[in-house]
Amino acid sequence: MGPRSRHTAQEGDTLCLLEINARSVSVDLNNDASLLIDIPDALCERDKVKFTVHTKTTLSSFQKPDFSVPRQHEDFIWLHDALVETEDYAGLIIPPAPPKPDFESPREKMHKLGEGEATMTKEEYTKMKQELEAEYLAVFKKTVQVHEVFLQRLSSHPILSKDRNFQIFLEYDQDLSVRRKNAKETFGSFFKNMVKSADEVIISGIKEVDDFFEQEKTFLLDYSSKIKDSTARAEKMTRSHKNVADDYIHISATLNSLSVDDNTALKKFTNVEGRVASDEELKLTELLRYYMLDIQAAKDLLYRRARALADYENSNKALDKARLKSKDITQAEEHQQQCLQKFDKLSESGKRELTSFKGRRVVAFRKNLIEMAELEIKHAKNNMALLQGCIELLKSN
Amino acid sequence: EDSFDMEVAVTNPEKIGKEYIFFFTIFELMFGNHLETTLPMFRNRTFSVWRRFSDFLGLYEKLSVKHSLNGCIIPPPPEKSVVGMTKVKVGKDDSSSADFVERRRAALERYLQRVVCHPSLLQDPDVREFLERDELPRAVGTHTLSGAGFLKMINRASDAVSKMTIKISDSDAWFDNKLQEVESEELQLRKLHAVVDSLVNHRKELCGNTAVFAKSMAMLGNSEDNTALSRALSQLAEVEDKMETLHQEQAASDFFILAELLADYIRLLGAVRGCFEQRMKTWQRWQEAQSTLQKKREVEAKLLWANKPDKLQQAKEEITEWEGKVTQYERDFDRISVTVRKEFLRFEKEKSNDFKSQIVKYLESLLQSQQRHVKFWEAFLPEAKAIA
Repeated sequence: MGPRSRHTAQEGDTLCLLEINARSVSVDLNNDASLLIDIPDALCERDKVKFTVHTKTTLSSFQKPDFSVPRQHEDFIWLHDALVETEDYAGLIIPPAPPKPDFESPREKMHKLGEGEATMTKEEYTKMKQELEAEYLAVFKKTVQVHEVFLQRLSSHPILSKDRNFQIFLEYDQDLSVRRKNAKETFGSFFKNMVKSADEVIISGIKEVDDFFEQEKTFLLDYSSKIKDSTARAEKMTRSHKNVADDYIHISATLNSLSVDDNTALKKFTNVEGRVASDEELKLTELLRYYMLDIQAAKDLLYRRARALADYENSNKALDKARLKSKDITQAEEHQQQCLQKFDKLSESGKRELTSFKGRRVVAFRKNLIEMAELEIKHAKNNMALLQGCIELLKSN
Repeated sequence: EDSFDMEVAVTNPEKIGKEYIFFFTIFELMFGNHLETTLPMFRNRTFSVWRRFSDFLGLYEKLSVKHSLNGCIIPPPPEKSVVGMTKVKVGKDDSSSADFVERRRAALERYLQRVVCHPSLLQDPDVREFLERDELPRAVGTHTLSGAGFLKMINRASDAVSKMTIKISDSDAWFDNKLQEVESEELQLRKLHAVVDSLVNHRKELCGNTAVFAKSMAMLGNSEDNTALSRALSQLAEVEDKMETLHQEQAASDFFILAELLADYIRLLGAVRGCFEQRMKTWQRWQEAQSTLQKKREVEAKLLWANKPDKLQQAKEEITEWEGKVTQYERDFDRISVTVRKEFLRFEKEKSNDFKSQIVKYLESLLQSQQRHVKFWEAFLPEAKAIA
């Protein structure tokens, strides 16, 4: 069984994709013609995905108007971390980092398929293999989508789009991993050093003077836990749906080997059921997952602001102490002014960011819920037509 | 020309004491122009009686004893499930015991339907008594009849017979082929049944997961501060709740229409195998009789030489006896071959119709579910579009 099973469980399958249509969970991206970014294709080798990042720009800050570079997932993470670490961006919601490409589920299934090949008919095996390849493709499309959206969020942000590291990411035509390693030494760990373990306590502990932030705080803390829960439940539901679809594949394959009258409807039905499951996932589960991460990024902003407020309050106390002791008063006054400025800047940009975040979220939910409902209707109507045709055929025989 | 159809409906299981009693009605449907004609053997056209589950098993026992030797395909009774029955007797009144009773009711209905559709069994006095008599004496010895036990019995018989690898004649190729078909079909049905079982379980899981998801959507909707989006999310939660109901109904269809159909035919194919084995046994008996006759003749020849007149007389009597047996057994074999062939063809036709009608029923249930699917999502769409 040795060489045979190795051949069939091809984990190292190379897939090449062209012209992936961006079905983003976020909207109003990639509209500004001055900087257009997309990922037109990607390559999957073993576990590594190589994305082709394509940029079209009218900005003079770039060397060329139209260019592409190959990037790996780790490069995206480097970029994200670099942005998070930049103190100047403390008042911004940094778009969440794209999750690592996860081919675990289809890979496991492929392995099981290889092991069970002997017990299946040729047709059943072929069908399962096809479905598995479709699943690989779906995971692939999903990961390209989230990586693309990450970049598009940056390009459409007035401040972040001008970031130097972002430009390097888009333009640098050599392997970024060398730069990545060097960069780790030069960056401070401004944000990472903050003890984040109790961020929720800190955020809720702060005495809020601003109504806007008070409301936002309450809302975000509550919404965050609810959306985390919904994401997990949606994942489970979609997985169950896939299991049902897989069972239909087995059924139709086994029906084939029996000379039962007509099973074409069940066969077609299995294709449609499988597609419903993956469409559901793309629309609903991915939407929820994306905003779960985005809300976390918004919470991070609140956290940074809370820290800035704490710093300001501490600087006040230090100033009072300095005045009492009549020592280093100027220094303390300067420090206090700096803290206040920082806090005000964070509050101002934070308010802007959170307001636009709200609008963005509502628009994205609307778009995806509409698309999901339309897809459900389309698939159900397809199914109905298939089933009706088959029933008539069987009845007329 | 008139054709008759007997339709059986087993309904209204009622619990009396610790047992369930099943109430069934036989409807006699008539097609054709002569509406006055009735099946002469029955007193009434439509009649209903009460029977216990053990009565059904008792009927099977009686029919089995009488007809299986003829090569008749006797429909096997529904499975006797110890676990299910215990729950019922203990008085557990939850949804799983309601499911169990429904499963049994449906199985009894199918069983009885097959019995009354069988032309020779319908003539059987035991069947008539079962259908008509007000009170049946309690059947005994039915506790030994479980589904697994039944199959074991069949398999033991077929094991014994498969040791004989003799092909009887050229016409026997037909029986050989058909037996092979039956065996491979049984394997496929078992495989299919396992997958359908998995489908039922996965769909039940989907049910549960959808319900939980619906609840979490409702909570998310409550949390949402944008009014229109909040309403839309609550509506989505309601749609998902409706989806859960659809999934639940579909799981019931998966089980009662598809899974039970397959389970029935797995057992029926076992009964068909039994018929074929019965035929082989008859052939074997004929062959053995022939060889015994041969031996008796040899004995006679020896006695002629040895000149023992009284023993010779006995030998001649034995020869006559065995000649009679050989003729009888050959006739039996011919008769059972005809019956098995006829039964098999009838069975194939019934199976084909059964599968077709059940699959149509299943597809229709899927169709209905998809129709409601469309309705629910079409109702939701304007809510989603209203988000601002």
